[in-house]
Amino acid sequence: MKKDLKDIEIDCLLEAIYQCYGYDFKNYARASLTRRIEGCMAEAQVEHISALIPKILHDRNFFNKYLNYMSVTVTEMFRDPDMFKGIREQVIPKLKTYPRINIWHAGCATGEEVYSMAILLEEEGLLAKTQIYATDYNNKSLEIAKAGIYSAKNMQQYTKNYIRSGGKASFSDYYWANYDSVKMSSKLQENITFAHHNLICDQVFAEMNLVLCRNVLIYFDKTLQSRVLGVLADSIVSRGFLVLGDQETLRFSSVEKEFEVYSEEVKIFRKRKLPYV
Amino acid sequence: MYKAVVVGVSMGGMHALQSILSGINQSFSLPLLIVQHQSAQYKSNLAELLNRTCPLTVVDACSGDVIQPNHVYIAPAGYHLLVEKDKTIALSVDNPVNYSIPSIDVLFESAAEAYKETLIGVVLTGANHDGSQGLKTIKTYGGLTVVQDPKTAEAAQMPTSAINLTQPAHIVPLDEISDFLNKLCTDNACVE
Repeated sequence: MKKDLKDIEIDCLLEAIYQCYGYDFKNYARASLTRRIEGCMAEAQVEHISALIPKILHDRNFFNKYLNYMSVTVTEMFRDPDMFKGIREQVIPKLKTYPRINIWHAGCATGEEVYSMAILLEEEGLLAKTQIYATDYNNKSLEIAKAGIYSAKNMQQYTKNYIRSGGKASFSDYYWANYDSVKMSSKLQENITFAHHNLICDQVFAEMNLVLCRNVLIYFDKTLQSRVLGVLADSIVSRGFLVLGDQETLRFSSVEKEFEVYSEEVKIFRKRKLPYV
Repeated sequence: MYKAVVVGVSMGGMHALQSILSGINQSFSLPLLIVQHQSAQYKSNLAELLNRTCPLTVVDACSGDVIQPNHVYIAPAGYHLLVEKDKTIALSVDNPVNYSIPSIDVLFESAAEAYKETLIGVVLTGANHDGSQGLKTIKTYGGLTVVQDPKTAEAAQMPTSAINLTQPAHIVPLDEISDFLNKLCTDNACVE
């Protein structure tokens, strides 16, 4: 069947980006990638996708803007409160038995979930002995995450989420409000390392007791999902935990055998002991 | 020959969807993909509720699912629902469109690219203008455009907006939509 022109243009664009900058979007799920590229087109005021290619190749700043466009997602503090409640009630008791804890937020975007986790750990008395690694391929997102400064207008919603997630104190204890923005308490940041890591090409960098990778896999095709799940699985210690987004699953995946379903309700999986059968 | 139906609905949707889905024939072979605007804050059991009265299998759309005939897919709250070219389901948490996630336009536009002239698009009751642009895209690709008669809608704004932007092929009262779709599906089978 003849390919649509649009698909040919996208193939060319992705190849150009890969060869010029090393970022590989070729195995992204196409439908949402196409939407994002079209959003970028509208912003750049060009008529065809292929007209983005010279701009991206010859203008590093434009490429950075494009990169930002490619990774915009909706996130919140304590997004999906039931999941945080599930971690608090079902995973934390297991983590408490370890002398040191490593947690990895893979694809942390602007960091809202990372601070949520730090708050949860603080309330459970575990923050001091935990190292949180929060990684993303988008440096701009990482800068926002590192700064820990967010718009005050969302705090009401976040507070509701926090309460529904089983929060034990007052959400406002964890940030300073100043005009229309808030800054997360620096105590929360002490045990968080924000770092650049690209799930598509980078490797395992430490052994983790808990890995969260939420709403990242939905953007990848089967091939890329399988690679990324391999990296995540390899980083998790025996009997460690993996948490996915509430519409993601390990069913039919390459690492399905390595995990048991710990909570179907909130997508918590636990690594089995060897041998996997 | 049609291969799929996409439906967009907002305010007043529960009643409209129940009315349509309970009237769909068991032999209705086209997959239906539905975006109903809903709050991401509370997990809904919309698919489960609709499944009780619909002769087809109603499920929450899951990323990677191969779209099957005789199935109805509901966009999960807090996620955009899209269709890939290989007729599988994709989800995203990209920014809201028309203040909505899931957004009807996002489903309609991606489905139009995947199914082209074999797609039927239906805009139902709602109090905003989501779905208008998407329905126009379906028309551009040669698909069939259907809008609920605003006089029969709990909220007339969404169907009215779709009618104004698209000049759809059919404007159908709510209680006739299931029969209308049933007939399209039967005629479809004759062509096959």
